[in-house]
Amino acid sequence: MKRESIGLKAVSLAAMLFLYGPIVVLVLYSFNAAHLSMAWSGATLKWYATLLYDGALLAATANSLFVAVVSTIVATGLGGLLALGMERMPHRRQQTIEGGLVLPLVIPEVMMGIALMLFFVMLKMPLGLTTVILGHIVFNIPLVTIMLRARLRKLDPALGEAAADLGAGSWQIFRYVTLPLLRPAIWGAVLVAFTVSLDDFLVTFFTAGPGATTLPLKVYSMIKSGVTPEINALSALLLGISMACVGLSLHLQRREV
Amino acid sequence: MASLSTSPPSLSDGSFSSTPPTIEIQGIVRRHGAVTAVDGISFEVRRGEFFSILGPSGAGKTSVLRMLAGFEDPDEGDLLIDGRSMLHVPPNRRPVNLVFQSYALFPHLTVFENVAFGLRMRRVPAPRIAEQVRQALLMVKLLGKEARLPAQLSGGEQQRVALARALVNKPAVLLLDEPLAALDQQLRQQMQVELKSIQEQAGLTCVCVTHHQEEAMMMSDRIAVMHQGRMLQIGPPREVYERPQSLFVSRFLGVSNELPGKIVGTREGKTVFQPADDGQPSLLVPAVSGQESDRPATLSLRPEQLRLTQERSSLSDEVLSGRIEKVLFAGSEMKYLIRVSRDHLWEVDTRPSAHSAGFTPGATVFLHWSTSDGRLFVE
Repeated sequence: MKRESIGLKAVSLAAMLFLYGPIVVLVLYSFNAAHLSMAWSGATLKWYATLLYDGALLAATANSLFVAVVSTIVATGLGGLLALGMERMPHRRQQTIEGGLVLPLVIPEVMMGIALMLFFVMLKMPLGLTTVILGHIVFNIPLVTIMLRARLRKLDPALGEAAADLGAGSWQIFRYVTLPLLRPAIWGAVLVAFTVSLDDFLVTFFTAGPGATTLPLKVYSMIKSGVTPEINALSALLLGISMACVGLSLHLQRREV
Repeated sequence: MASLSTSPPSLSDGSFSSTPPTIEIQGIVRRHGAVTAVDGISFEVRRGEFFSILGPSGAGKTSVLRMLAGFEDPDEGDLLIDGRSMLHVPPNRRPVNLVFQSYALFPHLTVFENVAFGLRMRRVPAPRIAEQVRQALLMVKLLGKEARLPAQLSGGEQQRVALARALVNKPAVLLLDEPLAALDQQLRQQMQVELKSIQEQAGLTCVCVTHHQEEAMMMSDRIAVMHQGRMLQIGPPREVYERPQSLFVSRFLGVSNELPGKIVGTREGKTVFQPADDGQPSLLVPAVSGQESDRPATLSLRPEQLRLTQERSSLSDEVLSGRIEKVLFAGSEMKYLIRVSRDHLWEVDTRPSAHSAGFTPGATVFLHWSTSDGRLFVE
């Protein structure tokens, strides 16, 4: 065994605590029986149960799932087509498009949110679920395209030629060779896009109108009247779903073939 | 096995000229930007013939193969298969199949599905697919591995799947791109023999691209040596090896023992060659055209055309003296490196048993060869 310095261990431990401590506390207190108290008074699942009877919360959940599903499907379709199309472009044009793709991911999300809001107002579009979905599609397309391109680049270009040589037309090459080989990456991209959409706060905050409250917006409005154990329970649930999706996505990405 | 042959040709009589050519290449040119990869070449391949294009990397041989497969179109010239021009015919409509250098097996499909791919694309009924795939796998000795994925196969087995996947379609021409390059030496030699026997059994017309001269010579009916986009020489392996028409071909196909000098005249209908190095006698070589006196030229001989003796014997052969510089034992043969002039080392291969005494470094020896074996390249 290699001896590690005690100092390094201590710093690592402190960093881990700083990163994950709050999350652990949040999850723990979602099981705390006491209401409005930081004192531990026994474990319970009742806060999870009360979530089920909160009508406004259920409506927000429905909104969130609707936005996430629709924006993921549309973004996967468009982002996938873009990734496939880019493969056939000259190298320089690919680079230009790639630059444009990364932009929505690197500019501050607040600005993205404000820009989208102003854009929708300019078009005189009423802010609501439609505008939220459009906003989510905007940041999900680059995610999907970048993930699929990573996979496409690993494929042997001779595979498409081999299929053509064996009599396949371009649709058959896509149907029987490209698509099956891309499938794990597509599912991975779907899960990541779904998670990012489900968790998004800023873009949603600026593009949502009345009646378009999603779960993160609901949590934010609930927290104004104090941190309740229900919020802890809701957050813990969101956290669990996100981690499961991202974990599954990573697993699919790593799989060979 | 006979069912895999398109129409069994009779190779025994050796007269290819009686059958119409399967492939006719007419002055094709292919440019990649400013580079001319293929610079106006023409050749024909006859039915049932194994034709190899041999050349160093960058010679343009892969471009020729890709134009036959349909992945590239020539900028000039025409390309006919069975009398039909292939210009602008997409790869999926051509009666050819290519065995890729990387094999390009579909990683998500089993061995069976890989081999069946071409038949499925042509909508062959399932029972016939099953039977034809079985026959193809039998031919490449892979029966019983139908359910494996390519990743579960060894390199040699993958190579066989790639071959079966092409063979099963009964192509008019089978194209091979460095087919054995990825295999280790032992497997490679074994596959050379197998590939050749499959080709002969099925009466396949093959065009093979390779930079491996031994492989090309062993498998081919004819070889074409390509260099810088041009074909330097086309002919049966033995003819190209023994009678190269240029120094490049001579050097590319094995060891070329060379000596520079000039033509000094004719004697008894043969050309007289005077080595540039003082002290070497003039030598006779078969008559070469354009043999004006004082033309600089280079003499070339193959290692196995030379015989070594200790004493100058009065044979009618050509003789040159030299000093043994190195003796290399290579199992089935002895290689001697002999200095014949200040700047020229020649290699001579002999069977060790025939010269049990052998020669030792430093010894003066005489190199003999038949006048008809000498090749003179006029500059």
